[in-house]
Amino acid sequence: MSQRSPWVKPVLTPHRPGGMNKFGALRPQLHQSELDGVAIAPLLEQYGSPLFIVSEGRLRDNARHLRRAFSTRWPKVRHGWSYKTNYLGAVCSVLHQEGAWAEVVSELEYRKARTLGVPGSRIIFNGPWKPAAALEQAVLEGAAIHLDHLDELFAVEQIAQRLGRQVPVGLRLNFDTGYTEPWSRFGFNIEAGAAMDAARRIGTSQWLQLTGLHSHIGTFVLDVRAYAQQARIMAEFMEAAECETGCRIEYLDIGGGFASRNALQGLYLPPDQVVPGFEQYAEAIVDALSEATRGRAALGKPLPVLVLETGRAVVDDAEVLVTRVVGGKRLPDGRRAAILDAGVNLLFTAYWYNHDVRPLQPLEGLAEETVLFGPLCMNIDTVRASVMLPPLNVGDALVVSPVGAYNNTQWMQFIQSRPAVVMVMGDGSVEPIRQAESLQTLTELERMPNALRPPFSDAM
Amino acid sequence: MDKNQAASDQPSALAKPEVLMRLALSDNGFVFDPVTGNSFTVNGTGLAILRRLQHETDLARIVASLCTEFDVVPLAAERDVIEFANLLRNAFK
Repeated sequence: MSQRSPWVKPVLTPHRPGGMNKFGALRPQLHQSELDGVAIAPLLEQYGSPLFIVSEGRLRDNARHLRRAFSTRWPKVRHGWSYKTNYLGAVCSVLHQEGAWAEVVSELEYRKARTLGVPGSRIIFNGPWKPAAALEQAVLEGAAIHLDHLDELFAVEQIAQRLGRQVPVGLRLNFDTGYTEPWSRFGFNIEAGAAMDAARRIGTSQWLQLTGLHSHIGTFVLDVRAYAQQARIMAEFMEAAECETGCRIEYLDIGGGFASRNALQGLYLPPDQVVPGFEQYAEAIVDALSEATRGRAALGKPLPVLVLETGRAVVDDAEVLVTRVVGGKRLPDGRRAAILDAGVNLLFTAYWYNHDVRPLQPLEGLAEETVLFGPLCMNIDTVRASVMLPPLNVGDALVVSPVGAYNNTQWMQFIQSRPAVVMVMGDGSVEPIRQAESLQTLTELERMPNALRPPFSDAM
Repeated sequence: MDKNQAASDQPSALAKPEVLMRLALSDNGFVFDPVTGNSFTVNGTGLAILRRLQHETDLARIVASLCTEFDVVPLAAERDVIEFANLLRNAFK
């Protein structure tokens, strides 16, 4: 008779004492050592710390997800990639490959889009200041120009007259949705009648043709009803403008502002619970737009193209920042602090987000409330005011995410130079997409008058 | 690389002993991971495999050892060990 124990299939059952509750979920893991299957530590060795890493795969997935959410609900949809959100050339090119137009808000951005190979006819030109030369280039190249104020309206009219051609233009509108703070500084106000005044003026011009309406109701808008109301108001204005001026509106551009899965400071609930998905935004917007444009087909008018300028929600979670601990200390109130080699010079969004921060490698020890400071000799340089982390030693690396939106455009060359940015490509390879800056980057545009050259006096 | 060489390399993919070594195991099947703070319950067979994987990376030796302790044929043990090691790899990183 056998003395051996019976064989039962091996089982491992996790305990879930801190599982789902009404305030949050378990964190799936407490460290992040890879991005898209690529180990991060060797990249940090090769390119130095800190290091931004962009995921091409996530960027494409997000762009396709956005397009699918809207194009399955509305017949004609266009995505204008918001350059100001992240205008690294490689990021823009991925999105242009995915079919996005360029949405630019300055001459600099316009020229960057052209340099990347985007034809003018696929550029949406927004913003409160479009210099005359840029406006003329945009007119000549057939860009979608969205007029911000009357001076711009007259400037475009003069260019059109000089060129002897009729120019299609869009009007930027502002109005009160009742959900978000009205951004009345941009465009023409509907309630005060300025928008219809502008539409009428365009209607009487032989050089201008009103073909589009644009508005942008805010940023990180969490209530989808705000967009539904925006769509209703814009559709109503479209009908009124067409009726009053005889124009034919070809597109409604609802701007951007969709929230990303980032933790806005001051919000109690985690992003997974408060940030709507693309489908929820699409459902609200298209439902309202369908309702508001129901009569157009009967009158023989085509439905307008729905233009989205979604930036943050497409790129934010496609990029991480890896930073190393360079020092630590106990603050007088007993809290532990760590000093990182990346601060608000690279993470502009740390001012309004509580970014997710995880060790690159599993770290032993009990988690403790920790303050994360950046490397700047400035009191404002705090990456996280409070985050639970295990004990940190000099050299430990942390992964900060999501950081894809606004950091690579608003980062500062202040006290520290800006680090390299690499992209994990869809095939698993890694490509540098921006070199780390050096002292030469800082000084190459400077010129030194001869009278100021060394030697310096040691007299005080 | 010949087949034997490949076979001898195979166990190294089973699980990382250095990861499993950090686990605190009790004889009645309580598993605690001090890095993540997560805890688990493992049955007797799983505990036997887990203890072996902490020190041994050779699949053939693990299977042979299990066959002396448990009433199981080598192929069935091998299959379950491979599957369980995968579970451990994903549970403890």
